[in-house]
Amino acid sequence: MAERTGLAIGREEREGAIILKPEGDVDMSCSPALRDAIRRAQDARPKRLVVDLSAVEYMDSSGLATLVEAMKVARGQKAALVLCNMSAKVRAIFEIARLHHYFTITGTVEDAMIG
Amino acid sequence: MKDGRPHIMVEMLSNPVYLSGARQLVSSVAQRLGFDEVACSQIALAVDEALCNVIRHGYDRAVDRPIWLSLWPVEEGKGGLRIVIEDEAKQVDVDAIKSRKLEDVRPGGLGVHIIREVMDEVKYERREGAGMRLTLVKRVPMTAGPKATPKCERGCDG
Repeated sequence: MAERTGLAIGREEREGAIILKPEGDVDMSCSPALRDAIRRAQDARPKRLVVDLSAVEYMDSSGLATLVEAMKVARGQKAALVLCNMSAKVRAIFEIARLHHYFTITGTVEDAMIG
Repeated sequence: MKDGRPHIMVEMLSNPVYLSGARQLVSSVAQRLGFDEVACSQIALAVDEALCNVIRHGYDRAVDRPIWLSLWPVEEGKGGLRIVIEDEAKQVDVDAIKSRKLEDVRPGGLGVHIIREVMDEVKYERREGAGMRLTLVKRVPMTAGPKATPKCERGCDG
């Protein structure tokens, strides 16, 4: 039986930045798809990677781990990684893990392009 | 706190695909027991993290092993939710199950911290014979509204 384990992940390139927009829950079954998409984006060495979380209702520690790993890669590349459009529920998870200060988090994609 | 038969007991396979179903079940029950939306989401997160730990560390990511998820309402105070997660995975020293230091920012290892941060009681035990048992309790804050009960709103007769 086929199992749906992936996230739908939108991708847009704008002004030297790559914007990724995962849609769905980022949990243990789906975070590998986000990890692959981020890795492919970072392989292109963008100056800025924006992860638009407006369509993510839920994230667990596997999603946090994926984003921490991405931040470490971005810092190694001297590139920016910005998270934006985070719901209150998702932000609460970052706060529980004390990671809300580790990331640059903005309210909108437009802010993320300059933040 | 009374034990007795669980009000809900689900046997699921250790496949991450089914995590969302477990979260929805727990969140929905928590809502009916009087928790607010944020608390429901966080209780579901704690259960998700516990199930992930069983799958990842207990069963080494095997997707066909059993996990039992049982729920009871808590009667005392404003009420609450008691959740028991049991498995047949390898047994570990319960004293070795600890949160890691959060100042060391790195991928992974956050699950136990999240569980302990969100829930009021967290107890790991070795099951007799095989596997582990994790008991989680979350109480409705005393500042919440009237106590909810797991009774049917229409009298449970139709």
